Amino acid sequence: MRGFGKWGIWIYSGMAFVFLLIPIVYTIVFSFNDYRRTNIIWTGFTFDNWLNVCDAQDVCQSFGNSLFIGLVATVLATTLGTMIAIALVRYRFRFRNATTLLIFLPMATPEVVLGAGLAAQFLQAGVSKGLWTIILAHTLFCLSFVIVTVRARVASLDPALEEAGRDLYGNPFQVFWRVTFPMLLPGIVAAALLSFALSFDDFIITNFNRGAEVTFPSYVYTAAARGIPAEANVIASAVFFLAIALVLIAQVSAAARRRQLAKAG
Amino acid sequence: MAFTAFSGTAQAAEPAVRKRSPIALLLLLPGMFYLILFFVTPFFSLIITSLQEPDPLRFGEFNNAFNWQNYVIVIETYWEQGLRSIGFAALATLFALLIGYPLAYFIAITLRPFPLLQALGLVLVIAPFFISFLLRTLAWKQIFATEGPVAGILSSVGILEPGTAITGTAFSVVFGLTYNFIPFMVLPIYSILATFDLRLIEAGNDLYGSPATTFRTVTLPLSAVGVISGTLLTFIPAVGDYINASRDFLGSADTTMIGNVIEANFLVLSNFPAAAALSLLLMAFILVLVGFYVKRSGTEDLL
Repeated sequence: MRGFGKWGIWIYSGMAFVFLLIPIVYTIVFSFNDYRRTNIIWTGFTFDNWLNVCDAQDVCQSFGNSLFIGLVATVLATTLGTMIAIALVRYRFRFRNATTLLIFLPMATPEVVLGAGLAAQFLQAGVSKGLWTIILAHTLFCLSFVIVTVRARVASLDPALEEAGRDLYGNPFQVFWRVTFPMLLPGIVAAALLSFALSFDDFIITNFNRGAEVTFPSYVYTAAARGIPAEANVIASAVFFLAIALVLIAQVSAAARRRQLAKAG
Repeated sequence: MAFTAFSGTAQAAEPAVRKRSPIALLLLLPGMFYLILFFVTPFFSLIITSLQEPDPLRFGEFNNAFNWQNYVIVIETYWEQGLRSIGFAALATLFALLIGYPLAYFIAITLRPFPLLQALGLVLVIAPFFISFLLRTLAWKQIFATEGPVAGILSSVGILEPGTAITGTAFSVVFGLTYNFIPFMVLPIYSILATFDLRLIEAGNDLYGSPATTFRTVTLPLSAVGVISGTLLTFIPAVGDYINASRDFLGSADTTMIGNVIEANFLVLSNFPAAAALSLLLMAFILVLVGFYVKRSGTEDLL
């Protein structure tokens, strides 16, 4: 790779990073725009949009819906997924290949197919669409990602620790809650955050199964034709800052843990 | 995380002996039941729906039938959008690879002596995931708008006729798809290159290989697994996407992709059989692609 100059890769990658950041910066900057009817042309700096987010009522309401859906779907997917992840690493069972395939396939299925399939099923079963059909759909596509994330964590655990718990006369429940669960926690937290992020930003599957309910992405999609209020940029920017903060905290604490381990070792 | 899905590198050493126990069944059943109920059976719903015929008396109602001609009709009507989706997604995947491979190489190998910069680089790559997909796509729409900065610069240097639209073209849709799915390309390649042994490059140099030869014969083949994973992870969401190609975003009536057609038939026209038939055809196409992958690396490597 030194072929295109020692600094070539630095310049190329720097440009790629700028490219990745342009729409993010744009979205954040326009959350401070003192916009009139449409938030397309820069008209001046203001904090108003941040201070009065809920002036745009439908933005706020759709945000509330997305939070609720994200939280419930995350709890459901994380619980079901963690159980499967433990079983996959720790136990032998029949139909293992079929199970792995069934977990993998939802991740390889285009969202439009997942969405249309669920919608066709709800239609045939006569289920009316609403918040719960969105939650069921989100739990489905988060589940596989939870399993993959937690599974890596389970695989890195030393089974001897659980044996030690059993040797100390812990019953299976005590061993799970006092030994296994605390050690799995970082993996479970990572999986839950990933689930929430996937659910919060999902548009395609939601659109097929939402009925008349409006989530934050579906609000943006509908509003795109007539112009997005800057309050939507505020919500997106706030979520962005929160997510970046969480990632940085995770990175720093992981680095600190490595340093501690290095010291102990 | 998502990017480990196709790469198989997150495999920590598995315990050599796994137990058989009824607990396994208890742990597996609820989640597997969920997957069967909401992932497997919807495909049967799609199959049934795709074969329905319109009710002769009640407009907008469909009856179960074996109307396999639905498939012929949708292929005849929408082959163009289908081919366009494959073309757009393939181009976007190629561009994502051209941008993403050097970026992954840079973070994994060039930045390896600087752990802090490396962590920062990774955060920057996944940063687009944290800002709303729809808003970041709309941001490009406004940057590319006729009165926007890009069109202004291009027309002032004479590359673009003033007043010509950049959005609503094949270019802007492929651009949007490339942008939105680049992280899916970078992460699996990064995860392979992150564990790449740099002494192999030294060995290549010692054997009088030029940097280019060493890259082509050592680094690239060893990162092929990541490239294949990244290609699938980019191509699959790109081929089914309908946000970038939507006319309110980066597309127009001339850039309609298969996702737009499925959405319109299902949610706007209520032509459920056509939407179901198209969904199944798209899925069959994806399964062929994934089938090649599974044949190459087996099912245990999937997760």
